[in-house]
Amino acid sequence: MDVAIIGIGIHPFGRTEGVSGLEQGVHAARGALKDVALEWTDMEFAYGGSSAAGNADAMVSKLGLTGLQFINVSNGCATGGSALQSAYMAIQSGMFDIGMAVGFDKHPRGAFTVNPEASGLGKWYGDIGMALTPQFFGMKIQRYMHEHDISEDTLIQVAVKNYRNGSKNRNAWRRKAFSYDDVASSQMVCHPLRKYMFCSPAEGACAMILCRADKARQYTSKPVFLKAVSVKTRQFGSFEVFSQSQALDRAPAPTAQASAAAFEMAGVGPEDIDVAQLQDTESGAEIMHMAENGFCEDGDQEKWLREGHTEIDGKLPVNTDGGCMANGEPVGASGLRQVYEICLQLRGEAEQRQVPNNPKTGYTHVYGAPGLSGVTIMTN
Amino acid sequence: MASVADQVPIAEGLFTWPSNDPRLLGSKCQSCGVVTFPAQSGCPACCGEATETIEMERRGKLWTWTIQGFLPNRPPYEGPETPETFQPFGVGYVELPGQVRVETRIKTEDLAKLRIGMNMDLVVEKYIERDGKDVIAYFFSPTDEI
Repeated sequence: MDVAIIGIGIHPFGRTEGVSGLEQGVHAARGALKDVALEWTDMEFAYGGSSAAGNADAMVSKLGLTGLQFINVSNGCATGGSALQSAYMAIQSGMFDIGMAVGFDKHPRGAFTVNPEASGLGKWYGDIGMALTPQFFGMKIQRYMHEHDISEDTLIQVAVKNYRNGSKNRNAWRRKAFSYDDVASSQMVCHPLRKYMFCSPAEGACAMILCRADKARQYTSKPVFLKAVSVKTRQFGSFEVFSQSQALDRAPAPTAQASAAAFEMAGVGPEDIDVAQLQDTESGAEIMHMAENGFCEDGDQEKWLREGHTEIDGKLPVNTDGGCMANGEPVGASGLRQVYEICLQLRGEAEQRQVPNNPKTGYTHVYGAPGLSGVTIMTN
Repeated sequence: MASVADQVPIAEGLFTWPSNDPRLLGSKCQSCGVVTFPAQSGCPACCGEATETIEMERRGKLWTWTIQGFLPNRPPYEGPETPETFQPFGVGYVELPGQVRVETRIKTEDLAKLRIGMNMDLVVEKYIERDGKDVIAYFFSPTDEI
């Protein structure tokens, strides 16, 4: 049973004072229903997630107590992606015909605060100042730059591109394009990564209506088909966030596993992808994820960025909506935002940031704590 | 110098303490030989359940590093700094030969000299004071500073 995305909704990302995360989720859910001219009463099920803004199923009090199956999803940085995968499986299994995946969040300002013990680490790890995700990203790209001859210039180029794309997205948080010098001279946060190379925790919500592919055209003339959904966790030897030690032998990252599984499931390869959203927690992450997802060889990113291959009019546009850098990271919604953007691109509705020549195939990738990755491949 | 009675390790079982030659404590899988730090009961590589606690090498090479540029959130951070006195500090992974790469804070007089591949030695010393006692933690420092 193939699965289609027939309706999409979003609450603008960033900071919205006075509007709870849950209310932002309701706004996105209503937007997705309106997009496809359906009612909440048409939904047979929903999967929803939020990491810091309450239980997603509390949305039913506002959307309507219809008695549908609503399951809360909690899966770290892949919460939104996991809600989508759950909805996909619910339809693919034949159990349901139509339902919703929704994610929202509202994080406090500043870096994410981590409870080491909840992640199976000793309390001492937080006491001494190592339970910080930016350190991991700094250390991972530091090693990667050393091994593959990537320069700081490439880190800066990624950030400049993403903020420029964000400036063309009315739902983005940061809609100001930064110059090369703005990024290059911003404060050093975790060497070699600077302030404007990082995304920040934020707020926002996204929702999708999914249905059996064979019924999609009853509802919309622009269905987007989910050809693959894959979530993988770390294996022994991959370099992950919050690792008190690392094996001497290295293994592929969970992203590489999720990507390979998704390409196999969809029956396409990296060369078939017309537009991609890759997790850009910071500049280094986007660079490493270009290779981990199979789009280029390790070290080729220098040339790709210099030649503009990941720009909106390049051979593989990456993070056309500004990515996490311009949108911020509300954990529950972030993975679904990527899918939202790919749907817009494949529907030809991405306005000023529309990828030219009618893109047919899109790709999304989330990565995060505690070392997990989610990939989707979509076609129109 | 505080007496041993006035000192507590930051966590039990992380390193030998008290000791004149303290060592980090890891675990070695009795099936596949993979070493993990801190010591734990199961093997992340082969899923075996039998491990033995071993004392780790004290010298290794810096495998990667970063510099923590802002004061971490409290909780969980318990370092002694205030926003006014905070100075960036080094963090990295030190590869202990034939064992494992250990994540560590780096003590150095000059963060600008940090380089992948440089020799680093284990240092076990006072981190903070808590409840009238010195809390002892582990760090690594460039070998040429010791």
